[in-house]
Amino acid sequence: MAIQGKIDKISGPVVQAEGVSGLEMHELTMVGDAELIGEVVRIEGTSATIQVYEETGGLKPGEKVVGSGMPLSVELGPGLLQSIYDGIQRPLDVIKNLTGDFIARGVKTPALSRTAKWHFVPTAKVGDSVIGGAVLGTVQETPLFQHRILVPPNVSGTIAEIAEEGDYVIEQVICRLRGKEKGVTELKLYHRWPVREPRPYIERLEPSDPLITGQRIIDTFFPVAKGGAVAIPGGFGTGKTITSHQLAAWSDAEIIVYIGCGERGNEMTEVLLTFPEWKDPKSGRPLMERTVLIANTSNMPVSAREASIYTGVTIAEYFRDMGYNVAIMADSTSRWAEALRELSGRLEEMPAEEGYPSYLSSRLGEFYERAGRVKALNEQLGSVTLIGAVSPPGGDFSEPVTVHTKRFVRTFWALDSALASMRHYPAINWLTSYSEYTDYVENWWNALTNGLWRQSTIKAMDVLKREDDLKEVIRLVGSESLPENEKLVMEVARMLREGFLQQNAYDPIDTYSSPEKQFKLLTAILSFYENSTKAVSKGVPVSRIMALPSLADIFKLRMSVPGDKIDLIDKTINKINSDLSSLEGKS
Amino acid sequence: MTDSIEYRGVHKISGPLIFVEGITGVGFNELAEIRGDDGETRRGRVLEISSGVAAVEVFEGTTGLSTTSTSVKFLGRPLTIPLSTEMLGRVFNGLGEPADGGPVPFTEDYRDVNGLPMNPYSRDYPTQFIQTGVSAIDGMDTLVRGQKLPIFSGSGLPHNLLATQIARQATIRGEKEGFAVVFAAMGIKHDEAAFFKRSFEESGALKNSAIFLNLADDPAVERLVTPRSALTLAEYLAFEQDMHVLVVITDMTNYAEALREISAAREEVPSRKGYPGYMYSDFASIYERAGRIKGRKGSITQMPVLTMPNDDITHPIPDLTGYITEGQIVVDRDLHRRGIYPPVNILPSLSRLMKDGIGKGKTREDHGQVTSQLYSAYSKAQELRSLSAIIGEEGMTDKDRDYLKFGEAYEQRFLRQKFDENRTLETTLDLAWQMLSVLPESELSRISDKYVKAYYKRS
Ligand SMILES: Nc1ncnc2c1ncn2[C@@H]1O[C@H](COP(=O)(O)OP(=O)(O)OP(=O)(O)O)[C@@H](O)[C@H]1O
Ligand SMILES: [Mg+2]
Repeated sequence: MAIQGKIDKISGPVVQAEGVSGLEMHELTMVGDAELIGEVVRIEGTSATIQVYEETGGLKPGEKVVGSGMPLSVELGPGLLQSIYDGIQRPLDVIKNLTGDFIARGVKTPALSRTAKWHFVPTAKVGDSVIGGAVLGTVQETPLFQHRILVPPNVSGTIAEIAEEGDYVIEQVICRLRGKEKGVTELKLYHRWPVREPRPYIERLEPSDPLITGQRIIDTFFPVAKGGAVAIPGGFGTGKTITSHQLAAWSDAEIIVYIGCGERGNEMTEVLLTFPEWKDPKSGRPLMERTVLIANTSNMPVSAREASIYTGVTIAEYFRDMGYNVAIMADSTSRWAEALRELSGRLEEMPAEEGYPSYLSSRLGEFYERAGRVKALNEQLGSVTLIGAVSPPGGDFSEPVTVHTKRFVRTFWALDSALASMRHYPAINWLTSYSEYTDYVENWWNALTNGLWRQSTIKAMDVLKREDDLKEVIRLVGSESLPENEKLVMEVARMLREGFLQQNAYDPIDTYSSPEKQFKLLTAILSFYENSTKAVSKGVPVSRIMALPSLADIFKLRMSVPGDKIDLIDKTINKINSDLSSLEGKS
Repeated sequence: MTDSIEYRGVHKISGPLIFVEGITGVGFNELAEIRGDDGETRRGRVLEISSGVAAVEVFEGTTGLSTTSTSVKFLGRPLTIPLSTEMLGRVFNGLGEPADGGPVPFTEDYRDVNGLPMNPYSRDYPTQFIQTGVSAIDGMDTLVRGQKLPIFSGSGLPHNLLATQIARQATIRGEKEGFAVVFAAMGIKHDEAAFFKRSFEESGALKNSAIFLNLADDPAVERLVTPRSALTLAEYLAFEQDMHVLVVITDMTNYAEALREISAAREEVPSRKGYPGYMYSDFASIYERAGRIKGRKGSITQMPVLTMPNDDITHPIPDLTGYITEGQIVVDRDLHRRGIYPPVNILPSLSRLMKDGIGKGKTREDHGQVTSQLYSAYSKAQELRSLSAIIGEEGMTDKDRDYLKFGEAYEQRFLRQKFDENRTLETTLDLAWQMLSVLPESELSRISDKYVKAYYKRS
């Protein structure tokens, strides 16, 4: 029987209810006459504190509070892809049809369509004994994606009945399982899972393959492995969102979950408009066909912001359990942390650093721990790669959210306001960023590059570091007085910055660089470096080298050479090298 | 509906807050009417209800109220303002009541000043170029219809002049109709208010404008309502009356001070510099009320103005604003000291929606590349300027000296313009090419050859 009590206290999104003994922690509740959706976050005696996921204006003490008997959960099944949900998985397109262009309160609508039909092809058969996570059959959800229908993790038994191939709505029973003790369990095309509980798997595995993002500075210098955790910290306007969008667009994951957490409405609109138009580099299909969007924009209720990242990561784990590689972007985790802070304040908890609750760090840790490469319950290998944007106040990385996040991620793409204001994009600072996945992905890259990848990246990074040192010298004495070989270092560093590190997200060619193109570009610049060093040692002045007309091309290769014509890069560099040797001849 | 019981006497008064005991049937966020000894009616809003006690924030402030002789009535609805197209051409206080001596306009509708969040799924992406006639903006950080683009300034800098110039000149090319302007002023001085009124009147813009004024000596709490009243009218004009509305909100710094004051009175745990932890969400509930909606004709473009305390862009007020708005125009003290108007420093400025509002068919084909080249050249010029201060111009190459010349020309001829000088986009871009022509052609690496051929003339 549903537990029912009354509202006693209202403070913003937090409501206290009296006379509700028996409500459970994290139970989903309906609050007030408007039946706003809430979740129990604290229980004391007969009263419970409830975090309400909608605007609480107009709620009155004395109105009813009703428990639902189940924890805050998401619906997992066909129909997730191409959806845009709010923080508690209500479809925003359906909400629009129900309440118009502005979001009203108390809307009740299921996450997955109850009327859409899915073509189910069974792969299991009667008599099979199955455990949680087993695949019962498949649904081709979009041309890009085959949905595997899973037995819910906590269910097992012998298949007594299974639907034959055909079209079904998700509420139809497609399988009956006879359990050891429990009798018959009916399974549908979807099941529910509580958002705050990580989905189980058999074991965690070490990362091995890189998540290829098509972004040069990332893949080449600060790679992330499939199943890894990354932070993108940066002040406003430094490129967190564009980088996240780029990753959502070009990463070689099978599924993308993009969470707009407390950010701009127009940014979600941009994804909604561009992703159906942009094509997956491999299949040529619209990117939207592998994407789930979750939007709690900054003007939407703050408690749903707190929930949104859990909604997102649970959906990601579900796809992982089918044996897929999933990448999830949360922009911005700082807004989530601030929501946590605000709610904690309303709960009158003792604040720790800068008003954040003392459990900020453990919550961050729990969240990033949900990333990983795993052997799923059905023995398939899948992964969740987690990419979290961080928005430090004043761009200062010593603030609590950045500091704690750093403890749980292994790749750190530090965005730099100075680079951004020079319009060097992506403004990832190559001196302060790092990746601990380089060792893991080295084999993958070396296989592609005849074993040359690692040493090439080290050489290039060395040039960039020397540039930084030399800049100090130039600040004191000007660049004219540098020796020739150091002048050359400065020029090659500029070439690396402008011809390799910079990458224009809005340029149709530059926006995505295949690993092969990345390596060729890098090799081209390094080969110029090597040959021009020789020339300089034979007395050719750097100014004459840099005056070679053919050199201008090296800066433009990233934009002029399409992904399927990368041999053109060889041509350019051969021309430059032969021009170089003729200079040597003359000197 | 609550049939309005009047509660006599209040339990506690703290700053702008009063606490009323023994209440029943009162809703969170509900509007209250407060009457003190003086018999005057003030208004307030329920901030929290706890076991029969309501905390009410009083918009007009609590000065003169006492615990014994104050009576409170709850109205059973949130704070609403009356709306109509007749509000254009008029001046109001922060709560939307006439402040120009004129009659209450005929009311077409009432709306909750807090509005509702726009469904992201309903939004239409902003792509239409707004010509402001100011080269620094049109050329470098283009404004588009439906964008929220703030002016970050400092005290004593001419941000109000710039905001007014933009409000007067803003047009969509090829359209006759300009913008309806909704102007919200919080905590500004009398002479500033007079300046705004005068320049709106002089330019004839007043008949298309509605002004919401909360002056420096008006109650601070009313500042929290002023932008919301203005935006509620803007939404009505844009989405019910198909108008394109430019909302200028000045000064968000005064707004934030009021927010901090309320928060302190409520004894909330502060976050940075004493501002409440929810200031980001609170700002967002204002700034996100800009935009366009699919299938509707009108739009809301927002230009909030704020003064950065100590010119510090990392201060929470500009910082949180920058995290929400779609770029920022930064007004610079150094340029101002050197007598350059408008003193816009383009390096920290940004318009994030520019890319979709410019180019062929929108502005001009070469626009994007020209902007990019100007940015890179100006940032190089600035770098060389500080270097030349150390090592002198003699230690520099010819190319470096060209850059120095470019920097000078850029500031004196491109940036600098008069308050009433309304430049077309073509004038702005042609000027830009004149500036670029100070540099050798080989330096224009960000511009494709065909545009260089068409526009570059080495001077
Ligand atoms: N790779 C890129 N290519 C081209 N432009 C870029 C790139 N990255 C960033 N930019 C530019 O920088 C601007 C700001 O980027 P973005 O919106 O991602 O910043 P942000 O870090 O998310 O800021 P905020 O914290 O305020 O949301 C973009 O509008 C775009 O103009
Ligand atoms: Mg962003």
